Amino acid sequence: MNILRLDRRVIFVLIALATALPLLFPVNLPISVSPRVKAAYDTVDRLPAGSYVLVSLDYEPDIMAELQPMSIAVLRHCFRKGLKPVVLTLYPAAPGLIERALDVASKAEGKKRNEDFVFLGYKSGNQSVILGLGESIRTMFPTDFWGTPLEQIPMMRGHNSYADFPLVINLTGSSIADYYIRIAATRYRRPLVLGATAVMTSDYYPYLSSGQVQGLIGGMKGAAEYERQMGLFGDARRGMDAQSLVHVVIVLLVIVGNVALFLSGGMRGGASGGTGGGTGGGIRRP
Amino acid sequence: MNLDAQTWIAAFLTLCVFSFLYRDNPFYRFAEHLFVGASAGYLLAVNYQNVLRPNLIRPLAQGHMIALVPLFLGVILLGRMWSRTSGIARWSLAFYVGIYSGIAIPSYFQGQVFAQLADAVKPFAPGWGAVNSALVLIGFLTVLSYFYFSLPHRGVHGMSARVGIWFLMVAFGASFGYTVMARVSLLISRVQFLLRDWLHLIPGA
Repeated sequence: MNILRLDRRVIFVLIALATALPLLFPVNLPISVSPRVKAAYDTVDRLPAGSYVLVSLDYEPDIMAELQPMSIAVLRHCFRKGLKPVVLTLYPAAPGLIERALDVASKAEGKKRNEDFVFLGYKSGNQSVILGLGESIRTMFPTDFWGTPLEQIPMMRGHNSYADFPLVINLTGSSIADYYIRIAATRYRRPLVLGATAVMTSDYYPYLSSGQVQGLIGGMKGAAEYERQMGLFGDARRGMDAQSLVHVVIVLLVIVGNVALFLSGGMRGGASGGTGGGTGGGIRRP
Repeated sequence: MNLDAQTWIAAFLTLCVFSFLYRDNPFYRFAEHLFVGASAGYLLAVNYQNVLRPNLIRPLAQGHMIALVPLFLGVILLGRMWSRTSGIARWSLAFYVGIYSGIAIPSYFQGQVFAQLADAVKPFAPGWGAVNSALVLIGFLTVLSYFYFSLPHRGVHGMSARVGIWFLMVAFGASFGYTVMARVSLLISRVQFLLRDWLHLIPGA
């Protein structure tokens, strides 16, 4: 069967076209908002203006595609509601991305640094830092990202631990989420909204069910839903047409590949050549 | 087309990495080595600025001699590099393992084991929610029975384990679907960068 000897670079070209064409010629397919993202949105939305929110943005450039649009949408929501985000990160390569996200969100909503938000910067130590935030933010972060002592930032007066924050938000692509669930949500009983990469989203459904997490935003799709809920049209929503078309192409390729394999008798061990047998048996590598 | 040097460098490196899809080539290897080197240099600088300076150098300069204790533990950790001194490195490891176990074990049981157990056996939700609650309970018990290997998977135990496998397959399928979506998202972001920030073929953010 010719299809089983298809050069894999043909598949790469198909995926590239399915990604680029919808970005060049968007059709803006409708997006429905899942209950998980709605719950996250409502949790932020219910806070009274002036409430402080501890926002931990823990990701690096490798997964910024999913979490950067999410960060911008969540920060804009906080600013629009008049909330005061205190932002930090536990990842060394994150500060540059967070600075950019804060810049975009604060300019869009007309907010000022150290009056409407504070960026504490990066601190190493993961779990011990999350534990330390329950005792004293000033011990963990004596200064903000730009070196200003927290004592000199009026917005930080009277806010020094989880007890002073009615909501904790963690957007991450790693086990940092587990630490926030264990420490901030369970030990300190703070409401927690989680944003995660799509890969790890399904792992966190049980915490929604148990009430340890108030809302869950999963991957670029979750970010697009959050943008839609806010009436924004950011990078996540712009990417959803391409996301849908690529999924259709992948599903079609899986069906075509399996039908071809079935017709060639490969499922009875008849496919020849290749490295792995089974579905990979007849694919020619460049 | 954008004339900003930063954008051009980023676009060039993106294309270098994508060129691997055709075949391995010097452009891909150049980008790969540049990434490894730049990452190592960046992390070294960040760790000096954010770890060593505030936690060791500044306290010592201010006369806080207690900082000599972590310095000593850190230095003896390097003893692992020589067989004659590797034994002393275990002191640091013992300290490290002890501290982290003390932090992690209670919070793990409190936040993940007990809270999830309590959720699994809570009263069923009213109405159609009871179906979800029943599925969670059945999934919990059957998957647990699949991972119980002290009895052969036969009879009632075997049947329960087989149902557990179905629950596991559904979970793996959902997880794999999400994984595909995540990888596609990364590609979309790079293509957005090339088409918008570099070539200006699509409108800006």
